[in-house]
This record gives sequence, structure tokens and C-alpha cells, in this order.
Amino acid sequence: MGTTGNSRMTRILIIVWTVCVIAFLYVPMVAVVLASFTKQRYFRFPITAWSTEWYGKTFASLSVRDLVWTSLSVALLVTVFSVVLAFFGALAFARYNWKGRKLYQRLILLPIFFPQAVLGLALLLWFSALGITTSWHTAVFAHLIWITPIVILIMSIQVYSFDPSLEEAAFDLGASRWQVLKEVTLPILSPGVISGSVFAFLLSWGNFPLSLFSTGADQTVPEWLYAKMVSGYTPMVPTLGSLTMSGAALVLLVVYLAWLALKPRRQVSP
Amino acid sequence: MAATGDTIRWYRDPGLLSALPALALLIAGFAGPLLMVVGYSLMPANTFSMLQAPTLENYFSVITESYYLSFYWSILLATVTVVVLVFICYPIAYGMAKLFGRWANLVTVLIAVPLLISENIRLFGWVLMLLKNGIVDGSLQMLFGVSASGLLYSVPAIVLGLVYVYLPFMLFPLVIGISMVPDALKEAAADLGASRWQIFREVELPLMLPGLMIGGILTFILVLGSLAESKILGGQAVVMIADDIESAFTFAQNWPKGSVLSVLLIALSGVIVFLLFRRIDLDRIIGRR
Repeated sequence: MGTTGNSRMTRILIIVWTVCVIAFLYVPMVAVVLASFTKQRYFRFPITAWSTEWYGKTFASLSVRDLVWTSLSVALLVTVFSVVLAFFGALAFARYNWKGRKLYQRLILLPIFFPQAVLGLALLLWFSALGITTSWHTAVFAHLIWITPIVILIMSIQVYSFDPSLEEAAFDLGASRWQVLKEVTLPILSPGVISGSVFAFLLSWGNFPLSLFSTGADQTVPEWLYAKMVSGYTPMVPTLGSLTMSGAALVLLVVYLAWLALKPRRQVSP
Repeated sequence: MAATGDTIRWYRDPGLLSALPALALLIAGFAGPLLMVVGYSLMPANTFSMLQAPTLENYFSVITESYYLSFYWSILLATVTVVVLVFICYPIAYGMAKLFGRWANLVTVLIAVPLLISENIRLFGWVLMLLKNGIVDGSLQMLFGVSASGLLYSVPAIVLGLVYVYLPFMLFPLVIGISMVPDALKEAAADLGASRWQIFREVELPLMLPGLMIGGILTFILVLGSLAESKILGGQAVVMIADDIESAFTFAQNWPKGSVLSVLLIALSGVIVFLLFRRIDLDRIIGRR
């Protein structure tokens, strides 16, 4: 640990600062949750009348059900496709030593370093030129362009720490390439696959700039929230916002608990 | 790296084979659309067809109109955001890399989780905070009887939103950068009589530079292309370039003009990324080898 002149005071200041910044990150989310429990049509602080009435209305709303269903369908498909693509993509990124690797690594990162709104518009032109009508199906494709590289990056971190001699041992024992992939590579990389899927799902679930231009007549939850924020405010905005956040938190919690439950087993078999 | 055989044909090379699906995706969904944008930027104004004689008229009209203003705002806000973020993130990144030990994982999770919540919802939270009669204004009125009603829809509100949204993109690369500085090297410099400032400038800064550059440039480019922050928190205060691009495509229905603006934004970001990638070894940073 830091031994060069880290006085006690500096340490305390750094810790206090970190706690403050983390609090700063969560402040707006707390504000949204607070607002979701007010009774008034327009938000005022301090809140005088509390109510859960807007939750009832949100749950009962058929259009909200459509929005959630669209977002969920997009996010699930994006997760499946991006994880499969990224599994191989990460092997090419970090595992195999091949001729075009350095170039490939840079190409893969380009969409992450690219303004998403512009990518969304470029895809809109592209779909229209190809005569494809935009709907939530095209949104899946649009999300994949941005999310697959991120999942590749996340999985690569796992792949870098992967010992290739395990694969070689399996080959020496007579396993086929497919068997090695299924029995050796995939189980060892499974933590990367899990964290990659969580990121893929939640990034797609929350994505706005790509969905805005690629969903056509369909609408995802973040698009609806944006539209209502800019014009036509309804108290369902904080309510649906809080519900979306709870959904994301729930996904994270479930994955974390599953990870805790599986952890001891993994330590036994190296 | 593993021995994959000495001479293998390209179609048996596992590296290339596993790269192909992702590369195909990027050709069909990234390279293609970008070429399309470049193509449209050369079409006559207000057309929706790609089959006309190419012209540079849109580039000239964009240069003569007041679009330089939105480029100026985007670059200014991006610069301000990056500078503010370096100062906010450096102490935390230092703590995560050198001080927190096993707590660093918890800090990482706590900072990464907001990334998984839709940006719109989090920005809406700031609207509730800064709104007239919102949480900040309401609390000030209640506690001190002073009003702060003009917080929202201003340039500082936009900067707050940008700093807030892009903080993790600066922080995480910076953590990697700082953890690439060996403590022993700093101790050696101290033993040889270097001052704290000298140690920082001569040892720490050069070694953490790759992380700092990745974080800074990533943030800069993301802010250049950002749309929601200036719209949700800025109202009409400032028009950023992504805003102009969006309205050229949607309200104005002038695809060639929107394309020209996109090409200019892409070119600006592209040059910066190109300069970055030339200087950085990704294996060393992501794989920490």
C-alpha cells in the first residue's frame, strides 16, 4: 500500500472525497424515487402529500405495458446475440495471437469511441437506403453495434487471465476443438460471460440515443421518458423511472446472489 | 501466446475465425452506415436519394452558416468537463489504485452501477433537484428563506450533467493508469531526494499517462456527441452539435446537411482517436501485462 508520504490526513481526505462523490452519483436517483411518491401533479419540494396512486396508474396503463415489453424484448435479444458474438470476439481480442490482431483490437473499439446519437442517425440512413422499415427489430441491431464491443472488452479482461495451457492439455488428451471449447474454455470464462450478459442487458435496457433513431414506430421505456420530460409531463415519469431502476437493481442483486452461491464450488475445482 | 501451429492457412486460423462474426457485424452496422453518411453529405440539399451527382455545396453552406457556434459550444463544454473530471477523479482513482485495498472493489461497483441506469432517468433526477420549487430550491427556501430558482436551464447545469454522466468514463481508465505506477519507483525517487512535485511530474505522470489519455479522450469524445444533457438540463441555453445534427435530420428533413455536420463531428473525433491509438498498447492496459 502507499507508503511514500501518505499522511493520515491525506488518506482521510481521499476517503471523505470518495464517499461524497459516490453520494453525488446517487443523489438524482433518490430524487426520482422521492418524486414518485408525491400526490401532486407537478413536483414541489418539500413534499406535502404522499401517495402511491401513480404506481397504481402506471401498473394499470396498457401503453406502459407495451413499452416495458418492447424494452425487454430488445434487451433480451441484444444480450443473447452480443454475448455469443463477443465470446468469440474476445478470444480473437485477447487469446489468439494472429496476424491482424492489433488492427482488430482498434477496429472493435471504434464504436465505443463514437457518438451514439450520430451512430443512431447513420443507421437510420442505412436502414432507409436498404429499404428496411425501422421497428424494435432494427433497434436490436443498432444496440448490438455499440454493446458487442463493450462486452468484448469486458470478456477480454477475463480472457487475458486465462491460461492457454489448459486448452492445450485437453487437445493433447485427444479432445476435439468443439469439445475443448465446450468443456474447457467456456466454463473457465463463465464469469466473464455472466458479467458481459449483465452489462449487455442493462445497457440495452437503459439505452436512449440509439433507440431514439432506430425503433421507428415502436418505443422503448427511455424514449418514452425522454418524450414526456421534454413535453407533456406526467407524474408517471418518476414512477416508471423508479420502477425501471428497481428492475435494474433486482437484476444486479439476483446475479450477485447467484454468483455468491456458485463461488465455493468454483474454488474446489480449479 | 499459445502455439497455434507454425504455418496455418487463414481459414484455419482460430484468431481470424473468431474475429469474423464481430467484424461482419461492424461492417454491416458501422462501416456501411458511415459510408452512407459520407455519401449523403455529397448529395444536393434536401434530397432523400443517393443517386444524384455529388456536390460540395452542403459543406460550403454549413461553413457559411452559424454552425461554428454549436461546434464551439461542444468543444468548450467537452474541454471544461474533462478538466473538471480530472480534478474530481484523480483523488478517487489514487485511492482505488493505492489505498483502499479490498474496499476498492466495493467502490468500483458503487460507481459502475449508475452506468446501468438509463441516463435519462438520472438526468431527470437532476431536473427535480434544480427545478424551481425543486429539492435544492425548496430546501433553501425552507431553511434559509432564500430562493435559487434559476439553476435549471443554464450552462452550469449542463456542465453538472455532463460531469455527472461521464464521471466513470474518466475514473476507470485513470485507476488503471495510476495502478501502472510502481510504488518502488516513487520510493526510489524519494530516496534520491526528489520533492513530491518532482515525483509526480517525473515518475507518476508519465507512467499513468496512458490511462489519463484514454479517460480524457473517451470523455471528450462522448461529450462532443452528447445530446440528452444539453436538452434535458440546458433547455434552450446552448445548442450543441449533436442537437443540430438531430434537428437537421428530423425537423428540417435535410439529410445531406445533417450528414455534413455528422461527417465534421466524426472527422474531429476520428482524428483525436487516431492520435490516441497510435500511442497506446491495448494489451498492456487491458491485460496489464
